[in-house]
Amino acid sequence: MTAANCVTCGDSVALPEDVEVGEIVDCGSCGTELEVLGVDPAELAEAPELAEDWGE
Amino acid sequence: MEVGLLYSRIRPDEKLLLTELRERGHEVHKVDVRQATFGLDAPPEPLGECDVVLDRCMATSRSRYASRFVEHYDLPVVNSPETAKVCSDKVETTLALSEAGVPTPETTVAFTTESALEAIESFGYPCVLKPVVGSWGRLMAKLESRSAAEAVLEHKETLGHYEHSVFYVQQFVDKPGRDLRVLTVDGEPVAAMSRSSDHWLTNAAAGADTESFDLPAEVEQLAREASAAVGGGLLGVDLMELDGDGADDEYTVHEVNHTVEFKALNAAVDMDVAATVVDWLEAKVAAEEAGNEATPAEVQP
Repeated sequence: MTAANCVTCGDSVALPEDVEVGEIVDCGSCGTELEVLGVDPAELAEAPELAEDWGE
Repeated sequence: MEVGLLYSRIRPDEKLLLTELRERGHEVHKVDVRQATFGLDAPPEPLGECDVVLDRCMATSRSRYASRFVEHYDLPVVNSPETAKVCSDKVETTLALSEAGVPTPETTVAFTTESALEAIESFGYPCVLKPVVGSWGRLMAKLESRSAAEAVLEHKETLGHYEHSVFYVQQFVDKPGRDLRVLTVDGEPVAAMSRSSDHWLTNAAAGADTESFDLPAEVEQLAREASAAVGGGLLGVDLMELDGDGADDEYTVHEVNHTVEFKALNAAVDMDVAATVVDWLEAKVAAEEAGNEATPAEVQP
């Protein structure tokens, strides 16, 4: 299993085997929404804030 | 086939599609529209190699422009920018449905708080005030009194963006605690669910309970007509039952979604929604290729 550090609290965040760049994961420690920027090596960033025109 | 996927966030819906496409051996080129640029002469690499491009942008503004550029490059795009334009704007959707004779809630648009208040008073209470662009039930207001209407209108005017001064006022439909979502591919209904909640908003994104729904023929037909009204493609058609007890045969179409999310639908129904969508994409690309291979004489009537 891949893991990367949360950019907010620094704790390790486990990523699923089939993780995709662009996917959102939650930090289990601090709850921050994190965007997967890279998978090899794994890299996380704080996910963008919800924008008004987001949706389906 | 080679599939381009425009995105800014990979939601569970995109992941279902990616998994299905790759398992079938298709090559997927993900293009993050936050990083790509779109010029006049050539598509951002590697979109030019793609047999079809899927617009899965979560931001409406990006979806509309990016799909328009893909069409400009002469590449097949799902959905078309015309469909995106109609579906992404509630005024456009309402007009398209009305012009096609598809039943849709009574709606009035006003451009000042004063005229909007007049429209609201004409509807009576409760009625609904919606943003013209937006999703997931956000910024929707069920107005139950004049004082509430005045407050919401003032707030909207203060929000600043000009779109909030396009006041979209709609009749409140006393639905039976649920609405219906029908997924259609080029008009053909492939799966449907009900979305139930004690709240007046029944969006799955807002936590409504979802359940598979057997479509009456009338709803299937309305879904087809709604799809045609907005230009077809891969769509989520939302309907409400009109009489409030769920036992009536009258329906109204209140929304058509062009970057439809189907995670909740996939969990509710006894079928693989992503597989059905990919089946449709494969057929669409095959038909496109067959059309391109035909000589001019063959395609003439």
